[in-house]
Amino acid sequence: MAKPAATSADAPVLDDLRPPAPSPGRGAAKPLRWLDDRLGLARVGRAGLRKVFPDHWSFLLGEIALYSFIVLLLTGVFLTIWFKPSMAEVEYQGSYQLLRGIPMSEAYMSTLDISFDVRGGLLVRQVHHWAAILFVAAAAVHMLRVFFTGAFRKPREINWLIGIGLFSMATVEGFAGYSLPDDLLSGTGLRFVDGLIRSIPLIGTWAEFFVFGGEFPGTLVIPRLYMVHILLVPGLLLGLIAAHIGLVTYHKHTQYPGPGRTNGNVVGYPLFPVYMAKAGGFFFIVFGVTVLMGATMQINPVWMYGPYNPSQVTAGSQPDWYMGWVEGAIRIIPNWEWHVGGTTWSWQIFLPGVGLMGLLFTGLALYPFVEAWITGDRREHHILDRPRNAPTRTALGVAGITCYGLFWLAGGNDILATHFHLSLNAITVFMRVAVFVGPVLAFLATRRICLSLQRRDAERVLHGAESGVIVRDPQGGYSEAHEPISQEEGFTLTQHDQPLPLEESPATDERGVRRRGAGVTGFRARLSRWFLGTRIPKPTRGEIEAAHEHAGQIEAAHEPDAAASDHRDDAVDARP
Amino acid sequence: MSLDTTRHAPDPAPREVAPIPDPGVEEHLPRYTDTDERAGRRAYRQIVALYGLSPLLAIAAIVVYFAVPTTLSFELGSETIRVHHALFGLLVGLAILCIGVGSVHWAKTVMADTEVVEERHELASSPQDREIVAEQFAAGTEESGIGRRKLLGVSLAGALGTVALPPLVMLADMGPWPIASTRKETIEKTLWAEGVYLVTDVTYRRIRASEVPLNELVNAQPENLQDLHGAEFQQAKAKASIIIVRMDPNRIQVPESRRDWNVGGIQCYSKICTHVGCPVNLFERQTGHLLCPCHQSTFDLGNSGVVIFGPAGRSLPQLPITTDQDGYLVARSDFTVPVGPSYFERDSTGDYEEGDR
Repeated sequence: MAKPAATSADAPVLDDLRPPAPSPGRGAAKPLRWLDDRLGLARVGRAGLRKVFPDHWSFLLGEIALYSFIVLLLTGVFLTIWFKPSMAEVEYQGSYQLLRGIPMSEAYMSTLDISFDVRGGLLVRQVHHWAAILFVAAAAVHMLRVFFTGAFRKPREINWLIGIGLFSMATVEGFAGYSLPDDLLSGTGLRFVDGLIRSIPLIGTWAEFFVFGGEFPGTLVIPRLYMVHILLVPGLLLGLIAAHIGLVTYHKHTQYPGPGRTNGNVVGYPLFPVYMAKAGGFFFIVFGVTVLMGATMQINPVWMYGPYNPSQVTAGSQPDWYMGWVEGAIRIIPNWEWHVGGTTWSWQIFLPGVGLMGLLFTGLALYPFVEAWITGDRREHHILDRPRNAPTRTALGVAGITCYGLFWLAGGNDILATHFHLSLNAITVFMRVAVFVGPVLAFLATRRICLSLQRRDAERVLHGAESGVIVRDPQGGYSEAHEPISQEEGFTLTQHDQPLPLEESPATDERGVRRRGAGVTGFRARLSRWFLGTRIPKPTRGEIEAAHEHAGQIEAAHEPDAAASDHRDDAVDARP
Repeated sequence: MSLDTTRHAPDPAPREVAPIPDPGVEEHLPRYTDTDERAGRRAYRQIVALYGLSPLLAIAAIVVYFAVPTTLSFELGSETIRVHHALFGLLVGLAILCIGVGSVHWAKTVMADTEVVEERHELASSPQDREIVAEQFAAGTEESGIGRRKLLGVSLAGALGTVALPPLVMLADMGPWPIASTRKETIEKTLWAEGVYLVTDVTYRRIRASEVPLNELVNAQPENLQDLHGAEFQQAKAKASIIIVRMDPNRIQVPESRRDWNVGGIQCYSKICTHVGCPVNLFERQTGHLLCPCHQSTFDLGNSGVVIFGPAGRSLPQLPITTDQDGYLVARSDFTVPVGPSYFERDSTGDYEEGDR
């Protein structure tokens, strides 16, 4: 091996080439430098460590969903240690006396073992189930928050779509999960799904045989659902959640209107330390609360239902809450079934089951694009709408909630009937009408309420806040003194845009030449008028000044009056 | 903190003049814990106490886990409280909660609460970046030769598309194919056949016609069900379950074709709902109506099981029965139509409809 002829004292290799340390805490300096040499962590930290998040309680809803998902992963891993996804028949010999000697599937027996013989098993099972219910509920309410504040608008449409994907995956995940124990209730749920799959026109029977590996119930559906529940859907959920949060980070969070909040900035607290403490702490709160729920609130006591038996069912069988609305639709639809030639078309199962779910998710997914098309709005929005300032959207949302809620109530029509001593048939017939009429009424009422709230805002900006002080003037009349509102509040109440509806404009001019940026059809213009046309014009600067001048004159008229110089003397405090 | 703001594009549409100008971010107001030394110390003590309490609870939980027997329980009202479960859960839950409450308390009372303003960055790439990417893409396309040799792309797309087929085809064996002959042996067939005795559910006792009570539902199964186990048993039971009901022969309408299907007013119907397959079991004695507890389809047992309410699309299939020489109920054949929920290939023209003879 050749030796170097000579070494130079000023060779570059002797120089210290290490980059200057990012000056972290003394103890952590070394490992951090080690990591930074390999990962370039400091650059990430520079961009992210003091990233600003705005503060609002409604921004916690998505966090609850995220944290309950983490709780689900943790508790779910524990459950897989004990759960056996097998439909093989065994005879129960565990410690729950009432079921001893009864034949059942291994899945059900291992669920009983988790509940009775594994220390802490029941706790983890119940935490898992509560967290699942919380996950779907938090995701749903979070979605409503995003909808009503218009946070789905440009540039966040893709994240809205990811959210819809998450929500639909979450319901599938929940359903697959509560089907696993193979108790009477979950087996009845699977029987229902079997009927639902069968009802798909043309391919229903094939789909049924492929899902169940033959005839219902078979031996394959629980192992397959187990794979779906612990691998397929959680994997998709994890990927979508990563994308969801990644986009929130890239877009930066939206913020509610307020002083200093513009479309070009974000006002709030830095990630480190405030949001790490708040969000991290909130994870522990969500986790702690779900554990306390698991410890004190019973859920899905499968030992009381017994193993699945296709000839038994308990009255008042209900799915988990997020399937309730589909259940309701299935219950109230008239029995529309076609018998054509040698075929059967079960519209009364297919439409409310497959069709309605498809309609909800497609409708939600398309909404941002439909609204943007109707309003012609192509701007970026980082300031949230106050729901009252987008009355038609808010009314549509409330109509949707009403429709969903009525379907959901119909899913408990038997329970309504027994609790309120009503005729089951009457409730069903009422619901058939109500699911159509209710949303329309809700739409009209909500839009009016929104307009009234806009009117109140305008009033408040022009005439100030009610002070609760009743003043008697020298003539003997009474009036309530108003106090001007702060500039901060005034700005918050008036900062919103009031976009004008699109005008109809043909795509080509009178010579048949295409015009740029035109092409609004009459239909679209009418839709746009319907969507944007109803509003209360917000006060202009001139009106506000005039109103304040007017108020000043009244004030001035009072002031010289010596007797009433301190009119608080004979003021009546009208506050409750 | 503030990032490159020069590139921030103003709104394309000019905003109307704000009626009230933006006063800027509110002035920061100090909290009690900032101004009052004692309040600050109190918050500090509370946070440390919460953080200190958490390990104590966690250790107590570990002690409970090992020390409390799992069988220990007591009655509280109508509820049975399992001590191990409840105590362990409460301690763990509170231990976790303490960390959360402590952290949020810290953030809200001790950490600086001055609001910070961060400028948003432009989300879209700059026009230069777009141009460069377009150029690079064009160069890459050119270098790849795909522009000149068109078949490269077409054949690759074809190969990728076709190679996806074998994996898809592998899904074709997820279950047996429900072709007509398979259906005939599975979903269109039950254990019932001529000469199969009707036996009580669970105890498998043959049923004498004379012991069937008036206007009461009797759950029954085919006698040969007890020979089956596991999945076969469940599959058979999901189709063969029946209910037997004796009604006043003068109150029921029996069509001509079904005159010999009942034994002196004893009729036998499939227990599996024709809607989505729940077991139908709520019987209304006065009216002879049978209600499905899942979706409330209502069938009239006094009228060959026709649907009188609810989402079910077809009558409940009736099982033709007779008695043997000792008076035991026995089936005369299998069901004449497939039982259970509808499926696409089902020939539903043979089902009984109101007015059929």
